[in-house]
Amino acid sequence: MTQPLNTASSGPSRTGSRIVADPDDISRALRRLAHQVVENVKDVTNLVILGIPTRGVPLAQRLAKNIGEIEGVAVPVGSLDVTLFRDDLRMRPSKALEQTLIPDVGFDDKIVILVDDVLFSGRTIRAALDALNEYGRPAVVQLAVLVDRGHRELPIRADYVGKNLPTSLSENVSVHLSEIDSIDQVVIHSANASTEGTA
Amino acid sequence: MKHLISVQDLSRTDTLHILDTARELDRVTNGGIKLLPTLRGRTVVNLFYEDSTRTRLSFERAAKRLSADVVTVSAKGSSLSKGESLKDTALTLNAMGADMIVVRHPSPGAAHRLAHAGWLDSRVLNAGDGKHEHPTQALADALTIRARLRPEAVDFDGLTIGIVGDVLHSRVARSNIFLLASLGANVVVIGPPTLLPVRIENWPCTVSYSLDAALPELDVIMMLRVQQERMNGTFFPSELEYSRSFGLNRSRAAALPTHAIVMHPGPMNRGVEITAEVADGTRSVITEQVANGLKVRMAIMYLLIGGDVSVA
Amino acid sequence: MSLNSYLIVGSRPYGEQVCDIRITNGLISEIGSGLEPGDHQVVKAHDLISLPSFVDLHTHLREPGREDAETIASGSRAATLGGFSAVFAMANTTPVADTAGVVEQVWRIGRETGLVDVFPIGAVSVGLHGEALAELGAMAASAAKVTVFSDDGNCVSDPLLMRRALEYVKTFDGVIAQHAQDPRLTQGAQMNEGELSGILGLTGWPAVAEEAIIARDVLLTSHVDSRLHVCHVSTSGSVAIIRWAKEMGIRVTAEVTPHHLLLTEDLVSSFDPVYKVNPPLRSRADTLALREALADGTLDIVATDHAPHPHESKDCEWDSAAFGMLGLETALGVVVAAMAETPGWSWRTLSERMSTVPAKIGRALNHGRPLAVGEPAHIVLVNPQKTREVVPSQLASLSGNTPYAGMTLPVSVTDVFFNGVHQVRGGELHE
Ligand SMILES: [Zn+2]
Repeated sequence: MTQPLNTASSGPSRTGSRIVADPDDISRALRRLAHQVVENVKDVTNLVILGIPTRGVPLAQRLAKNIGEIEGVAVPVGSLDVTLFRDDLRMRPSKALEQTLIPDVGFDDKIVILVDDVLFSGRTIRAALDALNEYGRPAVVQLAVLVDRGHRELPIRADYVGKNLPTSLSENVSVHLSEIDSIDQVVIHSANASTEGTA
Repeated sequence: MKHLISVQDLSRTDTLHILDTARELDRVTNGGIKLLPTLRGRTVVNLFYEDSTRTRLSFERAAKRLSADVVTVSAKGSSLSKGESLKDTALTLNAMGADMIVVRHPSPGAAHRLAHAGWLDSRVLNAGDGKHEHPTQALADALTIRARLRPEAVDFDGLTIGIVGDVLHSRVARSNIFLLASLGANVVVIGPPTLLPVRIENWPCTVSYSLDAALPELDVIMMLRVQQERMNGTFFPSELEYSRSFGLNRSRAAALPTHAIVMHPGPMNRGVEITAEVADGTRSVITEQVANGLKVRMAIMYLLIGGDVSVA
Repeated sequence: MSLNSYLIVGSRPYGEQVCDIRITNGLISEIGSGLEPGDHQVVKAHDLISLPSFVDLHTHLREPGREDAETIASGSRAATLGGFSAVFAMANTTPVADTAGVVEQVWRIGRETGLVDVFPIGAVSVGLHGEALAELGAMAASAAKVTVFSDDGNCVSDPLLMRRALEYVKTFDGVIAQHAQDPRLTQGAQMNEGELSGILGLTGWPAVAEEAIIARDVLLTSHVDSRLHVCHVSTSGSVAIIRWAKEMGIRVTAEVTPHHLLLTEDLVSSFDPVYKVNPPLRSRADTLALREALADGTLDIVATDHAPHPHESKDCEWDSAAFGMLGLETALGVVVAAMAETPGWSWRTLSERMSTVPAKIGRALNHGRPLAVGEPAHIVLVNPQKTREVVPSQLASLSGNTPYAGMTLPVSVTDVFFNGVHQVRGGELHE
C-alpha cells in the first residue's frame, strides 16, 4: 500500500518525494472536470461514470457527485476492474482482482466516462476498452484522468485532464485520496523511492 | 504460490485471496462475459490418469474461459495407458512448453512429485491425487458455504460442518477438513470407525460415530460418496446397514437446523449415502458446488499463471 | 619390506588406550606400545580408532538377476569402504537362492571378488512363496555352508511353515531370519500407519503387523526350542516383545537398521520415494525406543538391509517406487549419528553390535573376533573427527538410492584391513 509521506520533504528535491498537488488542487481540478463534462456532454441523464480501481473509483464517485450537484440529477457510477484484460499481466506476479460494479441501468447506448487517477502508457485504458466491449455497447466512451504524466505507448488520449504533469520515466507519480489513503495529494517520487501505490 | 498441491500449503490469507478472486470472477462472468483474454497464449495441460469426465470438463472450461490453449491427455487411448511413466510424460509436456499441468492421478503425492521432482518447469495444479487431496473441490465447497452462510464475514467462525462417511478413502474429505478448519469452522467427522483414518482425533476436527446425534448441531452437512468397491468388503456389513446408519434421508434432513445446507462433492450414489429427495431438495447446494468449482479453478489458474511465472 | 605386513601406529583400539598393532601374514601378531617397525610398513593412525571390521547380517547384493542395481563385486566394494569384512547376502535374487547351486554361485563370486567374505543366506521356502520348504539341508551342506535362512522381502507368514523351518534348521545349527510383516494387515501399505499416513492418504502399515508376527514367532521358537533372528525391528512394541522373550530365555536375536535408528516417518511428507523402505520409517518415539534397545542389548545387532535399486525405481511417484535404501557405505556414520547421545553407548558397544554379535549369529567364525594376538586381521580404522558428506554419485554401489544425500555424517572410515590386506587407504579402495 501507499508509503506514509513525510510532509516536511515537500517541494523540489532531487531524491525522495515531492508533493505536486494538495487537497485544494485536487478538489478544484475535479470541479473543473465536472464543468467540462457538463459542457461537453449535452445530455447528462445519458451519462454513466466508471472508475478504474483502485483510485479511479473514488475519483469517479467525486466526479459524479460534482456533476450531479451542477445538474441536479443523480449520475450512475460504477467500477470496472480491467486486470483480467491487461496485456502486460506477465510483467509482474498476479494481482488481486478488484470489484467490477456495473450500475443497474447498464451502459448500452449511453455515454460512458472512464475515470482513472494517472494516465501513463495507456495500457490500462486499452484493457478497459476491451473489458467495456465485453459488457455492452456504449454510444460514446470518454476518458477522464486526474493526472496525465505523458509517455504514452498507445494512441490513447484523455478527454478530460485534471493536471498535466510532465515527468521523467525514472519518476513515479502517485495519487493519494482520502477515501483510501486518508489524505488527498499527488506526489512525484524519484526512482529510488518506493514505487508502491504508483502508476 | 507456485503450485497448488495441498490445502495445507495455503495460509488463511492465501485461501481468502483465492475465494475473493473466485467471487470476483463469478461477478464478472455473471455480468455476461463468457470469455476473458487473461491467459491468451498460455498452455494448460489436463493430465488425467483417472477417468473423471466431470472434473476434467470443469478444468477444461475454466482454462478455456480464460482463453488458454487447452490440451487434454487422458488415460484412455494414450501413452498413459501404455505404461509410460509419470516422469516420461512430464518430460514430454515440459518440452511442449506447458505453463500449467492439471493432474489427476491415483497415487497420493503424484502432483507433489510432478511439481518438485525436477522433471518440469510448469506450475502444477492438483486435481486429485489418490486418497491425498483435491484442493480445488474444497475451495469450491468453501466458496459455496461462504456464499450461502457467511456472505459478509471473513471466515467461518461459529459454523459447524459435518463431513459424513468414507473419510479414509476420500481426498475431498481430507482437503475439506483442513481447509474449513483453517477458516475457523468447527468440523465434525461422522462415520463408522472402519472408514475413518487412525489418529484422526489428532486432526483439526472432532469425531462422532452417530449421525443422528450430530444432526441438530450442523450448519452444513457434507455427504461423501461410498465407493462401490467398498460396499461388499470388510468396511461395513451391507449397503443397507450403511444407509440406515449414515445415509441422509428426509427424516434426517428434517432434524437439521432450518438454515442448514446439504452438500455432496459428487458423483452421488443416490439411495446409499443420500436419497434423491434430499439431493434435489431445497437445502441442497450441490449444483452450486459444481458452478463454484469452475470459478475456483479459473481463479487459481489466473493466480498461478496469469502473472509473471518466472517468480515464485 | 614384506608385503601385507603392517604396523598400525598410534590408534586406539575400541577408542580406549593408544597402542600399536602389528599385522603379519593376515593375522594380528603383536599388540603393544612403542613397537619397532622392522620390515613392516608403518600405517600412521594417530587420532584414529581401531575396531574389528564390521559384519552385516542383512545385505541385498542383487546378483544374480538385477546386476543393473548391484553386483556381488560392486556390493563388496561398498561393503569394504563401509568398514565391513563380511556380508550376508539375502536370498531374494533371480533366481531365488533356494538351492545349493545358487548359494554356491554367490559364494564363489564373492570369493573371486575377494574384498569381503560373502555368506549367502538361503531361502526358507521354495521361490520365497511361503508354501514349501526350500532345500535347507542341501544349502547347509554346500560349499557355501549356509546357516542363515530367510525369505526376506516376504514374511514366512504361514505359522505351520515357520514352525517346520525353525525345527528343521536345528539339525545343522541354523537360524531363521524372519522378515516380520503380516501380509493381510499390510495390503497395499505404503508408510507407517499413524496420523501422518492418514493426512497424506498413503495406506498405513500398522506397527502391529510386525509385532504380531514377532510375538507368534518367539512363541513358536520357544515351543520347538530353536533359534530365531528378527530382521529390521522397527517399532517400540517389537522391542517390548523381544525384551520379554529374552527374559523368558527364548533364543531370539534381533537387528535394527541404521535408517530406523536415525530417520523418521515425517520425511515421507516430501513424497520422495528415497524414503520408501520396508519396514517403513516409524515415529520419533519408535526411533528412541530402538536406540535404547540397541544400547542395552535387547536389539543384538545393527544390520544394514542395504537395498540397491536402479534410478528409475525411485524416480517416480511414491506408490510405484520400490522399497529399500542403500546402507553399507553409510552404516557406521549413521549409527554414530543416531547413537551418540544414547546412554550406555561406546565404541566397545558399537563393536559388539556391528561385528562380534552378528558374526556369532551367522556363525562366521573368522569374523567379529577381538583385536588380539592371533586373531584374523580384519581391522577398520575410523577417524572420529573427520565428517563426511554423502554424495550419491561418489558411492561405490551401482545404485544411488541413499536417503542421506547431502547429509554430513560425523565420522569416516579411513582404512580397512581384510585378512591383513590394507585395501582401503585414506577412504579410497586399492584393489
Ligand atoms: Zn526385509
